[in-house]
Amino acid sequence: MAVIPPGADPGHMDTAVIPAETPEAIEAAIAASKPRGLLRRGWEVFAENKLALASLGMLVFILLFCFIGPLIYHTDQVHTNLSQSLCPPSAAHPLGCDNLGYDQLGRLMVGGQTSLEVGFAAAIVAVLIGTLYGAFSGFIGGPVDSFLMRIVDAGLSIPYLMVVIILSVVFHPDKLIMIFVIAVFYWLGVARLVRGETLSLRTREYVQAVRVMGGGRSRAVVRHIVPNAIGTIIVQTTFAIADSILILAGLGFLGLGVQAPATDWGDMLSGGLTFLQSGTNYWWLIYPAGLAIILTCIAFNFIGDALRDAFETRLQRR
Amino acid sequence: MAPLLEISDLRTEIKLKQAVVHAVDGVSIHVEAGETLGIVGESGCGKTMTALSIMNLLPVGGHIVGGSIRLNGDEISNLDDEAMRDIRGNEIGMIFQDPLTSLNPTMTVGRQIAETVILHREVTKEQAFDRAVEVLDLVGMPKARERIGDYPHQFSGGMRQRVMIAMALACEPKLLIADEPTTALDVTIQKQILELIDDLRRRLGMSVILVTHDLGVIAGRADRVAVMYAGEIAETTATGTLFANPRHPYTEALFNALPDKAAERQERLYSIPGAPPDLTHPPAGCRFAPRCRHVQDRCRQEEPRLLGDSPDHRFACFYPVGEAERKGATVTAAEPPPAAPPAAAPAAPPVTGNGSLLSIEHLVKNFAVTKGAVLQRRVGWLSAVADVSFGVRKGETFGLVGESGCGKTTIGRVIVGLDKPTSGVINFEGKDLAKVSGRAYRRQRRKIQFMFQDSYASLDPRMRAGAILREPLVAQHIGSRAEQQRRMEEMLDHVGLPRAAAERYPHEFSGGQRQRLGFARTLMLSPDLIVADEPVSALDVSIQSQMLNLMTELQRELSLTYLFISHDLAVVRYLSSDIGVMYLGKLVEIGPADKVYGTPAHPYTKGLIDSAPVADPVAERAKVHEGVTGELPSAISPPSGCRFRTRCPFAQDLCAEAEPLLRPFGPGHLAACHFPLITPAPELTVAAPAVAGGIADGEPGAPG
Repeated sequence: MAVIPPGADPGHMDTAVIPAETPEAIEAAIAASKPRGLLRRGWEVFAENKLALASLGMLVFILLFCFIGPLIYHTDQVHTNLSQSLCPPSAAHPLGCDNLGYDQLGRLMVGGQTSLEVGFAAAIVAVLIGTLYGAFSGFIGGPVDSFLMRIVDAGLSIPYLMVVIILSVVFHPDKLIMIFVIAVFYWLGVARLVRGETLSLRTREYVQAVRVMGGGRSRAVVRHIVPNAIGTIIVQTTFAIADSILILAGLGFLGLGVQAPATDWGDMLSGGLTFLQSGTNYWWLIYPAGLAIILTCIAFNFIGDALRDAFETRLQRR
Repeated sequence: MAPLLEISDLRTEIKLKQAVVHAVDGVSIHVEAGETLGIVGESGCGKTMTALSIMNLLPVGGHIVGGSIRLNGDEISNLDDEAMRDIRGNEIGMIFQDPLTSLNPTMTVGRQIAETVILHREVTKEQAFDRAVEVLDLVGMPKARERIGDYPHQFSGGMRQRVMIAMALACEPKLLIADEPTTALDVTIQKQILELIDDLRRRLGMSVILVTHDLGVIAGRADRVAVMYAGEIAETTATGTLFANPRHPYTEALFNALPDKAAERQERLYSIPGAPPDLTHPPAGCRFAPRCRHVQDRCRQEEPRLLGDSPDHRFACFYPVGEAERKGATVTAAEPPPAAPPAAAPAAPPVTGNGSLLSIEHLVKNFAVTKGAVLQRRVGWLSAVADVSFGVRKGETFGLVGESGCGKTTIGRVIVGLDKPTSGVINFEGKDLAKVSGRAYRRQRRKIQFMFQDSYASLDPRMRAGAILREPLVAQHIGSRAEQQRRMEEMLDHVGLPRAAAERYPHEFSGGQRQRLGFARTLMLSPDLIVADEPVSALDVSIQSQMLNLMTELQRELSLTYLFISHDLAVVRYLSSDIGVMYLGKLVEIGPADKVYGTPAHPYTKGLIDSAPVADPVAERAKVHEGVTGELPSAISPPSGCRFRTRCPFAQDLCAEAEPLLRPFGPGHLAACHFPLITPAPELTVAAPAVAGGIADGEPGAPG
């Protein structure tokens, strides 16, 4: 028992924190603090992480910028205006224009809409499919599980870029296609993760306890496995959003993303790169889009980290 | 001469996010050359932190804030990491609790030992490996030269701990710190390892600091003992003096909480109320005051210093318990007089029959050993339970003991239906459980409940205590919500938890409270039989005694029957009226508790009793070369004939050829041995359960 140094493991501190074992003493300790729900406690842990709070603020700002911004700051993002081609930042165009004369600030908003929409949608689709598949596979176990997981392995071994290039040649890539392309590959990883989680939850003693008390399978899954896996799933979702935005940016950068006049942040970066080495410093074509991608992804990753802590009951204050 | 190690007024703190834990608070101890110092205390009392402070291996956030640590007169507490590295492994060796996690699984043991040597000595690789073989020989590793190329997972737990010791000894340290070196091991292996450490200390002239929670381990091995409580030394003196004449009430209470002695006197265990204090805000005054039965006003205001009658016996207490006092007011002074003995010597034999609530006949459980990821071919059988028969009488406690891997937990799981038996019959209230199905089976389930070892793992962390307790009723569709609520509150009262606890989540309770909660859940369905799988093994001595008392009280109150599974003979003996001893899937001895414990017939039972450390220095030192040698063979290919023969001192050819049958040795006392330690009673009226028929299908496992 004593090999765990006190303090190194929060679970170990249990014995030390409640001073006495007698009912009266616990009563006193319990009366001191009102019981709160898991969500409230989770939020307390989340709020302790200042980076995550800042990230949450950043994310709200980015969302407002992309979706409310265009209602205030009107720009034409459909028709090219070559007279404005590559104009530097000015009062009329705070972030300048690109080679086709699109206003960069307005384009950042429109491109952000695509990036965020695709990111969210792809992540949710991928996590949904992956979760169902993984939980099913893990819960059934045995040969069925082995077979289903080999399918996932096979999927993971297909060269991703090749398929995407073929798809973008065959179809005219729009938002829906991009969501499909990202989700179709991303769910594989999620399925593996959730399956692993299910495998370990299935053998937990509190799941076995349900069998001892005469409860059925559905009770074990609905009341015990799902609530305990939900933390992993939600955390995975936030990371998946960041990943999807990056993948979309990567595809856009290669010119395989959404096609003009629609755009995303990766596509904007790719457009700017052409002019990077032309002697003139066209910084406004590179930095705003790059920064937007980085900030969004960092924000999601920090939020994911904090959510992981928030869902860990042992870190919650008693 | 200056002592080898001298620690004075050591203070170690650990910074947490919101608080500072004063883990070690003013500890002064010293170790002379060649002696063994025992540090004993409950978990969280700072004994491991003291050991880690010496090595300067404190966890993140931990640092020494005061005091000094002198090794051979040189201050080492303020050395930088590089200078400290010269001392670690070289001057001071350390053994940790779990040999599996302290060895690198990707390196051969030879390389791991040689690494230590290369780090501290100017030697070639060959010389380092030669040294590795040498120390492995020293720690009793058979065929050391062949085995240095093996990886840790190829060794058993006991052998791994030997490798750890070899590593610690590779550079001939002056001081060996053993932090709970045997807690993860079985008693028979524990005895071997402790003997090894003792023997090495004598041969190499080292000093040893033995950190443990087990008073029995200390009794037999330590020259002097320091009892720690809440980061401070409560009492320190020579081992013999401490056990004969403890002066600090905490030391005395620890002794009284042990089930060993209570079982002889058949009385209620003394339990220390409450739990150790929170070390982030240590209480003013004596830290033991809130739990002390001799507490007075002064204890709550002033902190007692570590003083004593002589420099050899020091204790921090204003009102020490002493010899004069001990004669008048003894253990029972603060406790109600001994209640009805928990283990009344039974007259009826524990054989299968109508008198028993549960009877098990020829139970066999084999697990398939499979290979391959997809097809999962079966390559053999693991024989977990092989032809076991016994009965449990209503209202009594049947104790099942044995080392890990002997099949005792499997029996429990089969009885409650978590595993299906391969063959055999389980009769409950005269009905064969296998024949009950559907709705009747569900109803049957209510009557047999299972109590898990690890209460933290068995309670859903996302459910409130109230919901956890109500769940059995909900799953069985019993009663309305209001009725369930009432029943839940009633159960909380029964196990001594406040009703407000229903609103809490499992992680908000202490270990002892969680085990109470787990117990309350098993009681929700008003079961007749509770299968308790090591319910107190994870608890500290003082909490363990609270739990054992609660279990005996409720047994009387609710007329419960227990099947109590444990590796701890002392606990089983305290609680049980009948004991069954298991070895590698076989029941080797069964009978009334006092008979099995007092006059064991099977050599394994005797070995098990001798191996278990007793908190009595005289008795513990007297039994040097006893116990069980060797290690548990694999259950995939168990030895032919008697399964114990590979470790039995009396084994002869017959033991390999024929399997011994259970023979009677007294009323209800049966043992399966060809060469028993006591003479069997030949013409006893008790019929042994027919075992002969079960032999053939009892051993389906041996692969060809």
